[in-house]
Amino acid sequence: MKHLLSTKELSRDDALLLLDTAEDMARVDQQEVRRLPALRGITVVNLFYEDSTRTRISFEAAEKRLSADVINFAAKGSSVSKGESLKDTAQTLRAIGADAVVIRHPSTGAPQLLAERGWINTPILNAGDGMHEHPTQALLDAFTMRRRLHGVDGARGRDLDGVHVVIVGDILHSRVARSNVWLLTTLGARVTLVAPPTLLPADTSVWPAAITHDLDAALADAPDAVMLLRIQTERMHDAYFPNPREYARLWGLGEERFRALPGRTMVMHPGPMNRGLEIASVAADSPQSTVLEQVANGVSVRMAALYLLCSGPREGDER
Amino acid sequence: MTATLYSGARRYGEETVDVLVDGETIAAIGEPGTLDVPADAERIDATGLVLLPGLVDLHTHLRQPGFESSETVLTGTRAAARGGFTTVFAMANTQPVQDTAGVVEAVEALGREAGYADVQPIGAVTVGLEGERLSELGAMASSRARVRVFSDDGKCVFDPLIMRRALEYVKTFGGVVAQHAQDPRLTEGAQMNEGALSAELGLGGWPGVAETSIIARDVLLAEHVSSRLHVCHVSKRESVEIVRWAKDRGIDVTAEVAPHHLILTEELVRGFDARFKVNPPLRTADDVEALRDALADGTIDIVATDHAPHPVDAKETEWDRAAMGMVGLESALRIVDTTMVAPVRLTWRDVARVLSETPARIGSADWAGRPLDAGEPADLVFYEPGDTREFTTDDLSGKSINSPFLGRELPGRVVHTVHRGTPTLRDGVLADPRAVAEAARFRTARSEDVRGA
Repeated sequence: MKHLLSTKELSRDDALLLLDTAEDMARVDQQEVRRLPALRGITVVNLFYEDSTRTRISFEAAEKRLSADVINFAAKGSSVSKGESLKDTAQTLRAIGADAVVIRHPSTGAPQLLAERGWINTPILNAGDGMHEHPTQALLDAFTMRRRLHGVDGARGRDLDGVHVVIVGDILHSRVARSNVWLLTTLGARVTLVAPPTLLPADTSVWPAAITHDLDAALADAPDAVMLLRIQTERMHDAYFPNPREYARLWGLGEERFRALPGRTMVMHPGPMNRGLEIASVAADSPQSTVLEQVANGVSVRMAALYLLCSGPREGDER
Repeated sequence: MTATLYSGARRYGEETVDVLVDGETIAAIGEPGTLDVPADAERIDATGLVLLPGLVDLHTHLRQPGFESSETVLTGTRAAARGGFTTVFAMANTQPVQDTAGVVEAVEALGREAGYADVQPIGAVTVGLEGERLSELGAMASSRARVRVFSDDGKCVFDPLIMRRALEYVKTFGGVVAQHAQDPRLTEGAQMNEGALSAELGLGGWPGVAETSIIARDVLLAEHVSSRLHVCHVSKRESVEIVRWAKDRGIDVTAEVAPHHLILTEELVRGFDARFKVNPPLRTADDVEALRDALADGTIDIVATDHAPHPVDAKETEWDRAAMGMVGLESALRIVDTTMVAPVRLTWRDVARVLSETPARIGSADWAGRPLDAGEPADLVFYEPGDTREFTTDDLSGKSINSPFLGRELPGRVVHTVHRGTPTLRDGVLADPRAVAEAARFRTARSEDVRGA
């Protein structure tokens, strides 16, 4: 792997390598000194064009645990807000000697542009681009599922063959849903997407997922995991559904629906959550909830991605 | 000015002829060796080249006034000459907008001074392209620019009452409304064709129904008020079906297709190269096939370039921040060659129809799209079909290089372009701007209104 741009292009072997490497990284968390020297002398730039405290902190923690030098670049208040183009920013990063770039960008395809245009010659990690992909989120979700299903000691080398995952909510605007659809099915899982028709893409005919508008029918299949997606407030004002109350009634994991789930069904959410809208507190705070594990596992997965992309020799590296 | 003999060209790609150009007109045309040629005439070997009437583009963005960093009337008409065009209709979305007699006259005058092509301004339908109040359509029509085509292109005339009034009003002077068919509400946030690929990439979708619903409404309005409608850059199979239905019903509607919609598909969006970002967006292979069929059977009347220059920094950026549009004047004939002529869907006679005669007729440009006969204006293009070679920035003569065809192999070459007797492109090389401007000045002095002559 030269970059990590999407899960669509990720092979099963590469996905398992990332997950297994993340298992190794998770062990560091148990050590007295929670730090590896793997990326000593490597400068990683976190290039965040979009506010994202959780993802940025997660990447920063991963970078520091690998002993990388970290530069945080937030678009707000920077040269970007003064009109600097992505190309110019990339060339600036190249000039200051960045060895890897983690990019979060509101525009679909921005990480791919950085990776392919020759403006900068470093590994690019996509930390979320527009409505397109969020590969490390999907990897941490898969990692979390694998550990829950097979235990911390039994997860290594395992895929998600036969696992049924129901993803509920704003699929249309969700990069998390897209990355999960590709990755989970690559790993052998069966995915069902549940949403009102207004929050589904116009044509999902080639997606390897079942589509339904009926959450109760999807949950009646006793899935191994239910993943709720955040409903952003602007959707409520833009005719995607009549009002929050109706959304919660039809597509929310309320208490009644949660109680009807088997005890083994994981309740997942990429956060931050709208309690009482897409998820009831009783579900979010239950032992079935993986929300905090997902956050913790995110650091291990991002350490694995950074390690695999940055630790080997790089093409065109003349330094 | 001495006479020029172009010898051995194939008129409409058919019989071999010699053409004698004297002044602004075709002095004689006929079998090789049969013409009475003045001793001092310049002789140019055009053996085997396809001879067509100078091309006419009903849909060009020249960007002047207001966006001269993208294109000017001079640079845009140089691009036109490079592509074989001798008349271009300049779209109204300039700054200030071409919504008054003063602005359209200024644009027309800039074209006349540059001399590379006749520039026929298009008037805005509504003031400032804002879709609320009709522009001074009559003042533009009766101005020196003689505006006959009105369009808010770039924006749709969305209000059905305004559209009805425009269609009715332009009948006063034989005008036509050229509609950019795009429902603005259905395309909010649109970044590419809506479908499986937009779903995968997570880019805002531009649904076909946003085009078809407006075309359907407008043909019914045109029928209701017995007026002429022209549909800009049709891009969807379903749109073709509506135009076909309207024509069968006898509604006075014409339609255009852009060259890029005859060859490129949405798959190109995968690379996020914003050169491929255009409005309406690149569609599917099925749509491309439908558009080729429709051009072949006459449902779509013409090819129009939608030449839309943008500076590099407006294109070398994130997809959703990039400007929409691509340049097309220099590549249009080669694209029509490879998509329609080479597969024997159109003859060169048909190409003269779709790229010269009919656009001139739709735009009431009675000086253009004329037959290749003695006594007619010497607006000519000589094209060499055949050899394929890479399209590069060397093939571009405008100010911007946002061509979707850079790096592609394209067949053919425009060899000579003659505008009102003056060579504007000779053997693939643009004529010196001073010489072209000098010839234009001579013409203007001799006939104050050359187009009215």
